[in-house]
Amino acid sequence: MPVPEGSSRGNLKVYLGYAAGVGKTFQMLQDARDAAQQGTDVVVAYFEPHERPDTIAQVRGLNSVPHRTIQYRDRSFEEMDTDAVLRRKPKIALVDELAHTNIPGSERPKRWEDVQVLLEAGIEVWTTMNVQHIESLNDQIWQITGIQVRETVPDWVVRQAAEIVAVDVTPEALLNRLKRGAVYKPEMVEKALAGFFKGSNLGALRELTLRQAAHEVDLRQFAFDETSGFRAPRVSESRLGQVRAEPANERILIHISAAPSTAMLIRRGRRVADYLQADCLALFVHKTSNLADLTAAEREAVEKHLRFARSLRIETQVLVGKDVPQTVVDFARRNQVTQVFVSRSHRRLYERMFWKDYSEAIVRSAHDLQVTVVADRTRRQGF
Amino acid sequence: MSATFKVTNGQAKLPRCAPPGWGLDLRLEEPMPRVSDLPRPSPERLLRQVQAEENKQWGARLKIFLGYAPGVGKSYRMLDEARRRHERGEDVVVGAVQGRHSEEVQKILGKLESIPPLETGGGQAMDVDAILRRGPQICVVDPLAAQNPPGSRNAYRWQDVRDLLRNGVSVLTSVNLLHVEEYKEKVQAITGRDTAETIPKSFLLSADDIVIVDVPTDLCLWRLGAQLTSIGISNYQERQLSELRELALLLTAEVVDAQLESYVQAHGIEPVFGTHERFLICLSPSSNAAAMIESGIRNKERFQGELYVVYVHRDGVSKKDSERFEEYLDLARQAGATTEILESDDPVEAVADYARQKRITQIFVGHGCHYNWRDRLFGDPILRLIRRTEGIDVRVFPH
Repeated sequence: MPVPEGSSRGNLKVYLGYAAGVGKTFQMLQDARDAAQQGTDVVVAYFEPHERPDTIAQVRGLNSVPHRTIQYRDRSFEEMDTDAVLRRKPKIALVDELAHTNIPGSERPKRWEDVQVLLEAGIEVWTTMNVQHIESLNDQIWQITGIQVRETVPDWVVRQAAEIVAVDVTPEALLNRLKRGAVYKPEMVEKALAGFFKGSNLGALRELTLRQAAHEVDLRQFAFDETSGFRAPRVSESRLGQVRAEPANERILIHISAAPSTAMLIRRGRRVADYLQADCLALFVHKTSNLADLTAAEREAVEKHLRFARSLRIETQVLVGKDVPQTVVDFARRNQVTQVFVSRSHRRLYERMFWKDYSEAIVRSAHDLQVTVVADRTRRQGF
Repeated sequence: MSATFKVTNGQAKLPRCAPPGWGLDLRLEEPMPRVSDLPRPSPERLLRQVQAEENKQWGARLKIFLGYAPGVGKSYRMLDEARRRHERGEDVVVGAVQGRHSEEVQKILGKLESIPPLETGGGQAMDVDAILRRGPQICVVDPLAAQNPPGSRNAYRWQDVRDLLRNGVSVLTSVNLLHVEEYKEKVQAITGRDTAETIPKSFLLSADDIVIVDVPTDLCLWRLGAQLTSIGISNYQERQLSELRELALLLTAEVVDAQLESYVQAHGIEPVFGTHERFLICLSPSSNAAAMIESGIRNKERFQGELYVVYVHRDGVSKKDSERFEEYLDLARQAGATTEILESDDPVEAVADYARQKRITQIFVGHGCHYNWRDRLFGDPILRLIRRTEGIDVRVFPH
């Protein structure tokens, strides 16, 4: 992956796995030892031992920056000491578990925000994460595993990584490690086997990880072409024997509302936009200029959704319009939008009463646009 | 995909004089299809299953370490596993090794028993008979892609491995993507190198386990540095390696998907979907088929997904329309889509059922151009389809 010349920002390298215990940290440490042996200045900035002896053995011999201890509710917690790492200014800092949420009282709420600070200071960061922590995959993971992951990392953070390394192991080997007690403490093993590690979950998560890694590699090829001017015939599997379709200039518009399904809609729109390399906008339309027709809870929900969209780097707009569906459609036409993303109609009666439902009206009035009604990716009974 | 909502709720919501069309909600009460009702597997998949089952019958397992280029560390990871198994008391022998190896690899090889290769006039071959006489639990074969000298038991080493598996010997082996028959042309386009030492992709897909050994391309290049001249590949570039890397990741994902499907079938559980984008285009007389198919192909490429194209045949579809559909289906097939003609009086039901069977994640439909009295009574077919396919994105195209 080429780095623009003169850039002082540090590179990010992500070791991506599909579950705890696949060996992300182990491989990161092994690579770090190689680098250290060649004289590169590597330090361990944060390391979560999880009492895994094999992994702990890998840390020995590497330099570390001591963790910071934070008191919270009469207990002490260890966090990365970002300032100390900045003072130490290594060439490469190893930061385990990118998706971690810092304990209240820390300077920044999320570890990935600490990592941004290190990168901006010109430090190269190597880190680990699992596929289920990628924000835009949140609903798909929920649908597949029935588990809702709370700690997520915005896709743009992963996207800025110069390198993604897929850490792969067969589910069989992973289950063996788990049963040998190499991943969790014995009392946790049974719970893990019944939950995340059960049945087809591992296979499905593994497939998602491999496809995500392939996608990340693919995106970096575009970046490579742009920086180097290198043009090669693309020969990836699906493109064999046909001229590659030019990336159409797609623009995606997400219709924001107070309905809870909006978060899912935003994630899906972001993901599709990334794959199609399309622009992504989000729009909220309300009928009156003073928001008087909204309850306090609705207003809060709308604000939350707009903030969420912005955190995923989606440009947001708020418009006033008496006819909401028509305003959305007009905005789309004016802004050369090619696809409008709307959520499903509310099935439950109480939902219909609370949230005005515009999606069907948008489908009907946007005859000249593509309208995507996004799936309800929650997990239902009998799944 | 599952039954989307409980009928107990639905009944309460039925209008007082429900038109006949509303009855479709009740169909949701039917149990989900059992495994035996699921569509028949493709011949290719059946063959793969037979091969895998054959191996299992003898208790032998095939585990493949896949890399996208030399220098990613396949051999080391494979031999490291062989060493660990040996230390755990499993009976491991080395049947074949590469000519050149690092110090680390040398160290592991020193701890394992090796069966010397068979020397013939034309070169070396793995000594399958000697291995079978020795009868170990596990045999290490590095690499899998090799051509045997004329007069050997088999023309290719992968056939030797097949013989080991059939005789109950499990195999750990390494494969470089460059040697997969189906990727030969692509690899040649990238590296400018041709190889006669190939293995069929179907053999990889029959593996019990596959592991990808992934490293960043710059690290791979760096490791290759010393070897570049000696292995005769002069035009490696990071960009090209990156494409091979993408292919290797996708190939592994494909194997994992196949394993997932057999697991799901063997355990009789609800198909897992959403791991992989699958697009379904539904053609109808008023739809802009060309735009939908073009977009479908683009989406298939960008998402590395699968594409299905169907139309629902109904009495009353004109000959002209159905000929037009056939042409579009041909076009879609050429672009690698699976196509089908569904027969049903109710297109909404037919499409929703098909989408569930195929684990579709996105349906493309065209805007109906006019709403007649029938649609007013039964509801706009597009809105009905949207309501019937809760777990699936529905994209409505302009006509």
